[in-house]
Amino acid sequence: MSLEHSHDHPHPNQPDEEDAEQSVYQKMEVALRELLVEKNIINMEELHGIHEQMDNRGPHNGARMVAKAWCDPDYRDLLLLDATAAAEKLDLEPTWLHLVALENTTNVHNLVVCTLCSCYPWPLLGLPPDWYKSRAYRSDAVNHPRKLLSQFGTIVPDEVEVRVHDSSADMRYLVVPQRPKETEGWTEEALQSLVSRDSMIGVRRAREPTQRNKQ
Amino acid sequence: MDSASSSTAERKRPRFSIGEAVRVRSGAPIGHCRTPHYFRGVLGWIERYCGAFPNPEELAYGRDGLPEVDLYRVQARMTDVWGNSLYVGRPQDTVVVEVFDHWLESLETSSSSQR
Repeated sequence: MSLEHSHDHPHPNQPDEEDAEQSVYQKMEVALRELLVEKNIINMEELHGIHEQMDNRGPHNGARMVAKAWCDPDYRDLLLLDATAAAEKLDLEPTWLHLVALENTTNVHNLVVCTLCSCYPWPLLGLPPDWYKSRAYRSDAVNHPRKLLSQFGTIVPDEVEVRVHDSSADMRYLVVPQRPKETEGWTEEALQSLVSRDSMIGVRRAREPTQRNKQ
Repeated sequence: MDSASSSTAERKRPRFSIGEAVRVRSGAPIGHCRTPHYFRGVLGWIERYCGAFPNPEELAYGRDGLPEVDLYRVQARMTDVWGNSLYVGRPQDTVVVEVFDHWLESLETSSSSQR
């Protein structure tokens, strides 16, 4: 703390956005965008709208579906039968996704991975975390799922089936975690705060009521 | 009617039914495909029929992927995927993978061809 730090040497600055060299795709995006705007095919208002829509994608969308399924048995049935229709019912965006909901029960713990790349239901969960795309996660999820889960602090009892879902083609998956105990009478909105992103991938359980304000 | 919708209307019923035992083909073709290596040659069962989708092995090269191919979710025991002694989990653990129709063999065919 008390170490003197004299300033007879320069510190490197963090480079500003403009100083990094543009990739070929960034240049292509700028060229295409400017052309589309110039030719009145799309205007800046619409473009901002799309940006906002993309920025609003996040786990709060999936959490709405899960919390509703916890409270409303008819919605739960719809979610398990046709998860895309269940998303549409909440006016969520992914009408074009082939969505499958996987319910955790006392007998089955579901875990989602994409071993071939990084397929992920991003309209419902936002962008995938970096670890989801890592080789370690992608191989361990199918090869040593219980060990992987324990690294996330999730110990699955011996008598429970671990069921791993490899998102290898056109389906996208949403895990419906088990509703935590001692949440009877909670509103859907309050329950949403217990549904973490990780619980909808299947690497963790839903938050306990005591963890509600922790991330 | 474009070719895609008419081909959908004429579609035959899916070849496999839910619960039916299947073997995943153990081919190693050159090019893009969506059947993970660890799942090739595995014995499992149909968990559900997902619908028909453009063939990713064609889409990957800029073609239209038509006619669409039936897609299934195939479930298998982890011990059958990795081997009893190599899987360090529980015997009831399973994995479910999306597999296109042309990667699946009905069990009668595959067992007779392997003897």
